Amino acid sequence: MQSKLEKLKGTCVGIAGCGGLGSNCAMALARAGIGSLVIVDFDVVSRENLNRQYYFLDQVGQKKVLALRENIRKVNPDITVEAHDVRLGPDDVVRIFQNCTLIVEAFDSADMKLMLIETVSERFPDKFIIAGSGLAGYGQNNAIRTRRLGSLFICGDEVSEVSPELPPLAPRVCIVASMQANQALEIILDDLAIVGDDDAWDER
Amino acid sequence: MKISLNNKEESMAGESISVRELLTMMRFTFPLIIVKINGQLVKKEDYERVFIGDGDAVEAIHLISGG
Repeated sequence: MQSKLEKLKGTCVGIAGCGGLGSNCAMALARAGIGSLVIVDFDVVSRENLNRQYYFLDQVGQKKVLALRENIRKVNPDITVEAHDVRLGPDDVVRIFQNCTLIVEAFDSADMKLMLIETVSERFPDKFIIAGSGLAGYGQNNAIRTRRLGSLFICGDEVSEVSPELPPLAPRVCIVASMQANQALEIILDDLAIVGDDDAWDER
Repeated sequence: MKISLNNKEESMAGESISVRELLTMMRFTFPLIIVKINGQLVKKEDYERVFIGDGDAVEAIHLISGG
């Protein structure tokens, strides 16, 4: 396990979006021992975020990337955290994530999810991307799963869309965020190949 | 022709079909979808001009808002 921890220390993961998925995924990776994180978001912490995002009351009004960096450093001051306060477009994705081993998609809107997946697939064919899709509401633990399509992993139930009747709540959001972090660990520690046998992976 | 759609075999008439036609036919109604043919991502703007032929493996996944 010692050599695995060394491997984690030498790895950089990109997190695109620091809301419910991104903030919880970043904290899970930080606790697991990741060496560096590149975190990106343009938003500020609001009171409504606190039902699921890894922020605190006294951080309301702060930039999310700065608040998250502070929280990560409270757990482990040795992690390198590169914080970008920007609304990501395709060119930013290439510039900001070029040194990351893999990228976690943690946006809210489906448009942004598609932009990131298309950009990474096209510009970084050698990087894995771990996306979240379908996490609103509560219950139905076993509907949440991970599917692999080559270099793309999708975590979620692929059905539950956020709406006024089906808001995002901490438990399901954190499950998906933790699945994304767990998938990142597997990719890093088991040296998953980008061109792999997807069916064999699904059966594991 | 026969194709594999999300790991299920589907038979259909004709020798090829565009991504857009397949999505319509299979009632993939959400506005945002990830489509891969034999592991290669097809961009949304290319749905009309990329065609699927006999033996192709197609994967289509809805992208759902929320995060």
